[in-house]
Amino acid sequence: MSFWRDPIVFIINWVKGLLASIPWGPGWATTVGFVIGAFVLAAGAMFFVVFLIWYERKLIGRFQDRFGPNRLGPYGLFQPIADMLKIFTKELITPVGVDWVAYNLAPILSVAAVLMMWAVTPFSKTFFGVNISVGILFLIAVGGLGELGILLAGWGSNNKYALVGALRAIAQLISYEVPFVLSALVPVMLSGSMSLVDIVEAQQPWYILVAPAAAFIFFIASVAETGRAPFDLAEAESEIVAGYNVEYSGLKFGMFFVGEFLHAFTASFIFVTVFLGGWRGPFAEEIPVLGLAYFFIKTFVVYFALILFRGTNPRFRIDQMMDLNWKVLTPLSLVVIMVIALVNRLLDGSAEWLRVIILFGVNMVIILIAERLIRGGVKTTGPEIGSRQRPVASPDNVFIHPGSGAKG
Amino acid sequence: MSGLQVVFLIAAAVTIFSGVMVVASRKMMHSALWLILSLMGVAVLFGSLQAGFFAIVQILVYIGAISILIIFTVMLTRRMMDEGHPGLIKGWWLPALMGVILFGLLAVFISTWDNFQVMLNELPANPENLAGFGAALVDPAGYVIPFEVASVLLLAALVGAIYIAVEGKEKAG
Repeated sequence: MSFWRDPIVFIINWVKGLLASIPWGPGWATTVGFVIGAFVLAAGAMFFVVFLIWYERKLIGRFQDRFGPNRLGPYGLFQPIADMLKIFTKELITPVGVDWVAYNLAPILSVAAVLMMWAVTPFSKTFFGVNISVGILFLIAVGGLGELGILLAGWGSNNKYALVGALRAIAQLISYEVPFVLSALVPVMLSGSMSLVDIVEAQQPWYILVAPAAAFIFFIASVAETGRAPFDLAEAESEIVAGYNVEYSGLKFGMFFVGEFLHAFTASFIFVTVFLGGWRGPFAEEIPVLGLAYFFIKTFVVYFALILFRGTNPRFRIDQMMDLNWKVLTPLSLVVIMVIALVNRLLDGSAEWLRVIILFGVNMVIILIAERLIRGGVKTTGPEIGSRQRPVASPDNVFIHPGSGAKG
Repeated sequence: MSGLQVVFLIAAAVTIFSGVMVVASRKMMHSALWLILSLMGVAVLFGSLQAGFFAIVQILVYIGAISILIIFTVMLTRRMMDEGHPGLIKGWWLPALMGVILFGLLAVFISTWDNFQVMLNELPANPENLAGFGAALVDPAGYVIPFEVASVLLLAALVGAIYIAVEGKEKAG
């Protein structure tokens, strides 16, 4: 295998050969290899966050008609590094009356839970941590550890706001796990496997074309799982200061911050893996490094959508958030599962293109009916606030004297 | 001693120690956290027995859902931070005695079992085990009736929970 076709696996094999040449007991070479792999992947992910923070701040700036960071380095690229160094030097304040173990375990858990999701995701045809047969279940189980981290942070901080924030976060995460799991069942059903590697292999065509309704529910549920706007009730600044992480400072707060950014990126690449074909693309089978490139391009497109979501939507009220989950997404995903299972079975043996077109049509019909039912004859046009005429800056502004240089 | 045996010994020690700490720690919140560690130890045991599915389900159900519910109920309990109350209840010796007897019986029965000395067999790494498990759950000759009865029980619990919640709301309004 040449270097340029698949550099990452080439390096992995080289390291494996190096480890095998050291004379130690059987099995130790594999163990040390896995430890090195886990360390490199985790460290790489943590450094990658520096770039993600810049990307997100720059985009949010553009959405809000600002420049975003633009002082340090080209296009402000070094700004997150400066911020990171600043957060390293900050004092770690431990408030009085904290539950020591819970308080210190929480930031570690919330980052580790996200990093563990990187272990089962196939980045290209040949490059993945492990191929376990219950990959999707693993993702959800590990997400549960993240919830535990939030709960420990809220409890251990000995602060009312932190506790309220943690309870809100847990209520939201547990609720949105239901449509998340149910919509993830559709790709499992279509590919006949729970392993993420097999799901990507089976995506011919992408599952977003076969099951757009499930993809839609999965996307919303994974945004809710990351706990960002419009689902950021857990850290609603105007109501509960900053939620569960209010008592954390310095690097411990930095861990939560990194965990949140990494979770958003991880959620987008899980969406890519499950519904957008993962590393699939032209020539990705022959040249695996192309697959890696396709994977990251797709992930950044989804991540862009996630940031657009965050930058343009106001925060939900807690009852709206719960209504959306239990009255819309959960019944919708149940209907989607049943209809897709039925239609898929009826079309058994028919041509592949026919199956895809019919399933796509059925999904679209489900979305349309759901949209009609939700709206239920409610008028969408609210009362008009203010006048239709927008105030526009014009030269006859009272503050500008004629002849001062401002010309019309 | 192979690596797997070391893993087993560590996981077993952690599970038993944290199981003891569940009843020995003074703060209820800490008991709940020790319980989570104990359940995680059981998940590691499943993993070392090549039952990856059960390891993941153990984490998903017990740590992701049940332990979080337990922590919720602990938070709603009165006097959970109280360290002044005695750690033992009256008549603690009876459950302790029963526990010792049960442990002794199990130890005797397992040690007299023929396959007690057999080492762990390596299973072929194919997903057929899991598919067989899934088929057995919906097979009339297998476990379809217990499976369905459990589902009906859960459904009844769900309906009951909704009924209680809705009734409370009507009284308030």
